[in-house]
Amino acid sequence: MAYTNDSIWKTVDWVTICIYLILVIFGWFSVCGASYDYGDMDFFDFSTRTGKQFVWICCSLGLGFILMMLEDRLYDMFAYILYGAMMVLLFITPFVAEDTKGSYSWIKFGPVSLQPAEFAKFATALALAKFMNTYGFTMSKLKHSLPVVGIILLPMLLIVLQRETGSALVYLSFFFMLYREGMPGSILFAGICAVVYFVVGIRFSQDLLPDGCTSIGESSVLLLIVVLSALLVNSYCKKDSARWYIFGIGAGGTLLAYLSSCYVIPFDITWIQYGLCVLLVGYLIFLSIRERMRNYFYIALFAVGSVAFLFSADYVFEKVLEPHQQVRIKVVLGMEEDLAGAGYNVNQSKIAIGSGGLLGKGFLNGTQTKLKYVPEQDTDFIFCTVGEEEGFLGSAFVLLLFMALILRLIWLAERQHTRFARVYGYSVLSIFLFHLFINIGMVLGLTPVIGIPLPFFSYGGSSLWGFTILLFVFLRMDAARSRR
Amino acid sequence: MHLVCRSYQEESIVERDYNLEKRKYVIGGSVVFIVLIYILRLFSLQIMSEDYKKNADSNAFLNKTQYPSRGVMYDRNGNLLVYNQPAYDVTMVMKEVQDLDTLDLCRTLNITPEYFKKRIHEMKDRRSNPGYSPYTHQVFMTQLSAEECGVFQEKLFKFPGFYIQRRTIRQYNYNSAAHVLGDIAEVSKRDIEADDYYVRGDFIGKQGVERAYEKQLRGEKGVEILLRDARGRIQGRYMDGKLDRTPVPGKNLKLGIDIELQMLGERLLEGKIGSIVAIEPTTGEILCMVSAPSFDPRLMVGRQRGKNHLELARDNWKPLLNRAIMGQFPPGSTFKPTQGLTFLQEGIITPQTAYSCFHGFVYAGLRVGCHSHGSPLPLVPAIATSCNGYFCWGLFHMIGAKKKYGSVQNAMNTWRDYMVSMGFGYPLGVDLPGEKRGMIPNAAYYDKNYRGSWNGLTIISISIGQGEVTATPLQIANLSATIANRGYYITPHVVKEVEDEPLDTLYTNRHYTKVNREHYETVVEGMRAAVLGGTCRNANIPGIEVCGKTGTAQNRGKDHSAFMGFAPMNDPKIAIAVYVENGGWGATYGVPIGALMMEQYLKGSLSPESEAKAADIQSRRIDYGIHER
Repeated sequence: MAYTNDSIWKTVDWVTICIYLILVIFGWFSVCGASYDYGDMDFFDFSTRTGKQFVWICCSLGLGFILMMLEDRLYDMFAYILYGAMMVLLFITPFVAEDTKGSYSWIKFGPVSLQPAEFAKFATALALAKFMNTYGFTMSKLKHSLPVVGIILLPMLLIVLQRETGSALVYLSFFFMLYREGMPGSILFAGICAVVYFVVGIRFSQDLLPDGCTSIGESSVLLLIVVLSALLVNSYCKKDSARWYIFGIGAGGTLLAYLSSCYVIPFDITWIQYGLCVLLVGYLIFLSIRERMRNYFYIALFAVGSVAFLFSADYVFEKVLEPHQQVRIKVVLGMEEDLAGAGYNVNQSKIAIGSGGLLGKGFLNGTQTKLKYVPEQDTDFIFCTVGEEEGFLGSAFVLLLFMALILRLIWLAERQHTRFARVYGYSVLSIFLFHLFINIGMVLGLTPVIGIPLPFFSYGGSSLWGFTILLFVFLRMDAARSRR
Repeated sequence: MHLVCRSYQEESIVERDYNLEKRKYVIGGSVVFIVLIYILRLFSLQIMSEDYKKNADSNAFLNKTQYPSRGVMYDRNGNLLVYNQPAYDVTMVMKEVQDLDTLDLCRTLNITPEYFKKRIHEMKDRRSNPGYSPYTHQVFMTQLSAEECGVFQEKLFKFPGFYIQRRTIRQYNYNSAAHVLGDIAEVSKRDIEADDYYVRGDFIGKQGVERAYEKQLRGEKGVEILLRDARGRIQGRYMDGKLDRTPVPGKNLKLGIDIELQMLGERLLEGKIGSIVAIEPTTGEILCMVSAPSFDPRLMVGRQRGKNHLELARDNWKPLLNRAIMGQFPPGSTFKPTQGLTFLQEGIITPQTAYSCFHGFVYAGLRVGCHSHGSPLPLVPAIATSCNGYFCWGLFHMIGAKKKYGSVQNAMNTWRDYMVSMGFGYPLGVDLPGEKRGMIPNAAYYDKNYRGSWNGLTIISISIGQGEVTATPLQIANLSATIANRGYYITPHVVKEVEDEPLDTLYTNRHYTKVNREHYETVVEGMRAAVLGGTCRNANIPGIEVCGKTGTAQNRGKDHSAFMGFAPMNDPKIAIAVYVENGGWGATYGVPIGALMMEQYLKGSLSPESEAKAADIQSRRIDYGIHER
């Protein structure tokens, strides 16, 4: 099957390239808007951020071109070597890096600094793809799935050592890909439950029920555990009575305890609820033995795990998280309105976006971004500039473009013939999704402030190149799919 | 090439697991879900809420207020009365204050640290200062003098966040007319709520003309819109100043007051409690409005205002009270012309009707005393001699005229209507705040107080300006002007001209009374006779035909001395009312003071004999039993 490099341009997915180009150009204009400083300014002057970003964009277009010309098998061949080299680089980075706002993640090469963490995502995705591509790989075997988790956790650990927690969290996005590749859905379910317990438990931990001595957070999480267990029994075990016993006794007992606490003797009803949970676990274990069904046992395990998580979440929040991280979480949960400190960024960012209105103030006419009210406005908070200058229409357009890109990538990934390319494709789109979710979420005040860039928009060569490499390598694989 | 191709085949090509493939919908669905939530959030931030826009503006725009100069005031002869003098405000922007050495600041500004704390606290309290923002200029101290400001200016670099803003304060050329001119002071919380033109630290007229003509005097504030970055640094003008507004200076006022006359009046009332109001009858312009005791208007300026104001407010002499419009007194005999006019118009009497009076009005056991004079008397000599009996009989016959009015009540209300048409019983509408209405009783009032059982005798004392009747000195002066005009008045007003603005028609329209002109001629004759050979012979000014009427109003203490008059008789230029509390006979203080005032105004100065008389009156004191604080 002979082919020339020319034919690549016939099979490559031009839709994705178009979306990429629109995003990058839109991104450059946003950087212009964010770093424009009144008065005449040469946008192409390399000493300014817009000029630099222009050069980075040109470089990344060149990079994309080169990646398309390269043999796609290279990635398969060098995946582990690249991963290993990247891990070594990540390991030595903290020792050679200078302190940049408290983190040690930038390596200086003459006039430009690079952030290895941005490229490590690519190497990790390749390594995962390669490993999961081995014959007979299945997520259900521990000997297969444990190394996969190891491949993900190693760079995370190294990046946490650089004090770049935000970038480390990005690696969690690989779990989306794992889910697609057969990771049990229950792990995702457990993850979501953990987030819900954490949010509800922390958010309402200080508020009390009307009886005056029960914490709303703790009590409602316990109630949730009972209800979820009942729902799980409902969907996984075909026994009607058990479902109603659990729901009835759990919810009814809680209600009874609450009423007596309100009108008879005030007491902390969570103790009753803990008792009910113990009863629930006992009942489920009893059922699993009597009915000889493992599912009951797993549900019991879920309930025990949930209660244990509830106990540990408080501890983790109070003791493990650092004060500034606690504040960030509290701000997002609306427990604190620290407008001078942690809440300042988010508040100013909401003001900037909110002042944009339907059509925005127009390119270079934003006052909030121009006057530097939003910190990090050309990097992590770049979306503010879009919101303020391009308004609702512009920012919704950007969101829809990202959605289109990710959906397109899902479609592309699904049409791959090899597991290698599919795993890699899902890794890429999962990373994009995570960045989109966290970055825009924090700008809109919906997720905690985690300092990760918005792909193609945020100022910075490393992140732009990192995302370009991620995307174009996948496009190169996709362009070659028909040969396989 | 072949080699390459073979190696492809070694690669595992996984069989499709359709169960797992379905999970792409979960992932795709969550992407759509997240983007949808974010778009909804964008919608609520950008479209549903206006707050963020406002926040953004208050972030980025520094609206620097440009203060207009307040209008100045002249007297009717063009003498400058009130003008502006530069003063300096200290403002601060809380966000910019860094490393403040409070003690040094307090020492430089000559204030105590407690005052500093109090002021900061007031500033931050959004209840007393709704416009507070740590990003904008807040007034810290007002009205520093040039010297105080100079000291602060030198050290200003040490206090980042503090600024000096040039303002003007009022200054007065004459130590006179404080009640009329009024004063300005920092706006209160109520002022701010009532009119959003004002922000904390602005000044507003509190009394007198300053308050009544606040809108004209204040002008219009301008604004310079500056762009300010997150650190509070000014980055230039917004849209090159296209939206800036230049301040519109306040309008200058020309008052009807003759400052020389005003000063003479204040001199004459020294050591007495009372008031003098003079009106130009043809225009209604108030030529002077004296209320004694008075105070120096300069006390109400600058940072000492609060302290001085408090002292004056606590003073037992009540110097802050403008008695000319706020004092309500029995008009006494100055009221009698109104009665004569009413009886003539109603046909109760004719100019020839004569009533007998032997030391008073005596009927059915009731007696209203009178002094000795000829009897019986017709109206002209009755006015000239101020005969109580005559007017008592008149009122007695009017109220008793059942055939004409049907009932006592109707007669009473007819009488009341006459009084009201002559400007009594309601505020006249002078262009000064706080005018009182006086008191003219009506039938309902008596029905209530006497449970319906009353007649002309019960109320007889109102005919001689006693009893329930009270009036402000302004109303008495206005009566005088009405008589001088033979039947109409123009609402008295202090301000003669507002720069580039016509006077309110309220102050140009004539108000006709219910009495015809010919009856006024009779009363004028009586008032002229009073000066020529009646009760106010001392009011005679050589070469000028003066008309006058004395008043000696009984009250709990010593009688009030009153005088009402105008001159010249046939071309009236000045109508005047003098009211000296507890001054005794009308002839004791009222008549000579009225005569001196008219002479001053009509001749431009006092003759040497008059000057001597003025000095004599100035030196006389009335003992009110009020102790100086």
